[in-house]
Amino acid sequence: MAVQKLPLAKAINESLRTALDTDPKVLIMGEDVGKLGGVFRVTDGLQKDFGEDRVIDTPLAESGIVGTAIGLALRGYRPVVEIQFDGFVFPAYDQIVTQLAKMHARALGKIKLPVVVRIPYGGGIGAVEHHSESPEALFAHVAGLKVVSPSNSSDAYWMMQQAIQSDDPVIFFEPKRRYWDKGEVDTEAIPGPLHGARTVREGTDLTLVAYGPMVKVCLEVAAAAQEEGKSLEVVDLRSMSPIDFDAVQKSVEKTRRLVVVHEAPVFLGTGAEIAARITERCFYHLEAPVLRVGGYHVPYPPARLEDEYLPGLDRVLDAVDRSLAY
Amino acid sequence: MTVDSTAAARTPRKRTAAKKSAKKSPGAGAPDLVQLLSPEGRRVEDPAHAEYAAFVEDITADELRGLYRDMVLTRRFDAEATSLQRQGELGLWASLLGQEAAQIGSGRATRDDDYVFPTYREHGVAWCRGVDPTNLLGMFRGVNNGGWDPNSNNFHLYTIVIGSQTLHATGYAMGVAKDGADSAVIAYFGDGASSQGDVAESFTFSAVYNAPVVFFCQNNQWAISEPTEKQTRVPLYQRAQGYGFPGVRVDGNDVLACLAVTKWALERARRGEGPTLVEAFTYRMGAHTTSDDPSKYRADEEREAWEAKDPILRLRTYLESETDTDEGYFAELEAESEALGLRVREVVRAMPDPDRMAIFENAYADGHALVDEERAQFAAYQASFTTESDSDSVAGSGGN
Repeated sequence: MAVQKLPLAKAINESLRTALDTDPKVLIMGEDVGKLGGVFRVTDGLQKDFGEDRVIDTPLAESGIVGTAIGLALRGYRPVVEIQFDGFVFPAYDQIVTQLAKMHARALGKIKLPVVVRIPYGGGIGAVEHHSESPEALFAHVAGLKVVSPSNSSDAYWMMQQAIQSDDPVIFFEPKRRYWDKGEVDTEAIPGPLHGARTVREGTDLTLVAYGPMVKVCLEVAAAAQEEGKSLEVVDLRSMSPIDFDAVQKSVEKTRRLVVVHEAPVFLGTGAEIAARITERCFYHLEAPVLRVGGYHVPYPPARLEDEYLPGLDRVLDAVDRSLAY
Repeated sequence: MTVDSTAAARTPRKRTAAKKSAKKSPGAGAPDLVQLLSPEGRRVEDPAHAEYAAFVEDITADELRGLYRDMVLTRRFDAEATSLQRQGELGLWASLLGQEAAQIGSGRATRDDDYVFPTYREHGVAWCRGVDPTNLLGMFRGVNNGGWDPNSNNFHLYTIVIGSQTLHATGYAMGVAKDGADSAVIAYFGDGASSQGDVAESFTFSAVYNAPVVFFCQNNQWAISEPTEKQTRVPLYQRAQGYGFPGVRVDGNDVLACLAVTKWALERARRGEGPTLVEAFTYRMGAHTTSDDPSKYRADEEREAWEAKDPILRLRTYLESETDTDEGYFAELEAESEALGLRVREVVRAMPDPDRMAIFENAYADGHALVDEERAQFAAYQASFTTESDSDSVAGSGGN
């Protein structure tokens, strides 16, 4: 059956299964991805069906995982590596930034690095420190990398297929608090472009831009605002590098107001880039300055305080009100 | 002897003395240093090293002359590059002076279908792989950040970040094993890199997956100004034991021993017996790079002691005393060496700056909207003052 209702984690699992099935060069690598199926079970059952040579449990060494994946890619493989949690990517950050991102250019285009780095990211699951961070801007800033994040099951399935097929390294941020949210996946659909934004709710008064875990929050905000007679448009960015500014511009030219929402700290974040570009592109259309809602410039707080830190309904609605008040 | 030198060197003043005492013992009989050709240019027969010696047992005088030629030409190339840096033609140069035997011996041990992951000083290995030496100069001249197709000669790009390439080599070797190929992979790094986590992780991964990779550490005694004693408390080759694969220390100034031990290690890898760590005990006679000033951190006597172990000199002595190599051969090689120097000089001086638009090329394989946008903006900006840029490019091509 082409259309199934799947939790987001299971949609990624199905996507990885399809990729392993269709391309013998695809490999899954990471800590605990084999027998356990990953700490979030995203790779559940894959080693059983494809063997230890295709689904590889690795030593506990993130730089080693990414560094050896680079070597495997040079040999013609297409590794999909799992970093167990956002905060654990930093031991691999050197390999990602200094090697993975730049090797294609150093070789004057003669070699390709089709490596996907999967990172479950973001908060809202009551975890301990280093398990709830949103470091996407750190990767989007690096030329040579592409950075994406699905917000729903269908995108999770299709964007993973497209990331694996890409000849560029892709940092694939998975919204871990949406892993269990179910959504329809049509495995025979024709997907849109990997780096295209999508309008997930039409509106006329203000545009909300979000990606990953915040798309759901923004849809709830739009529904709440609707009850107050405000019509909000919600754009799911889907890709943080490159960013589909054309889609955002189109929406803002219609609504004339923009609020960008993400979990990562506001300071120098993805929202800052969007605010700057949209101000440049839509200066004469804007009725209010572009506003941002996101995390604070503090270490990710302990779980009992994360609701204060994460943008929720009220904080986003407050920003909407401020924008509309101009 | 190594343990002694390590311990003694904890007191910097004693380092020279320790090195001198180390000089007395390496070679025949030293269980921790494989040597087949002594600094005096004589063959060393040591039953303990027979397993390695077997790999060069049948080496002919012609092959020995070939190794000598490789070392001489590599040194000439290196000297030319150093001069070109001094003349402002290169922004930087990392000299291999003193490490010719380690590089030529190990490089000549590789097969065409093996894959080499160098650091940024492996000019001699590149030579053995058939890479045009002038290709190595592009990044030092600043016209690219690598600049050759690694798959042409199975010689990967130079890697500036210390130790990173050992993981790429390990991953590549894992792929070789998956493919069922019988080729092997060799990763070069230095004594300084042995302190890096990536090197430790590559040891772990290669051991766990039994990857067909040879780790070739050129211990040239100095990581810029930091002596080996600042990197380790045990001889580097002994590290391998902790990871479950063999480590061998070889006289890095003995091209025969480097050839033999590397062949032995590559054969092990091909047979599916996993990784080996080879520590080539050698000496960087020059500076770390042309930006460095070794006179600030090491004594002249130390270099002089190592000069007595010069890898090229010892093979020449052997060729002169034990083979039918005549003066004519050396004279011919000298002429070839001069011609190489001249060619390198001419190629570098003629090396054009890349096209301006090149900065946008190859950032991505599949393209990227932002890069496309910025490329168009840059092109439009350049086109906005066509007249000036035209005269620029005329002057530029005239200069070339």
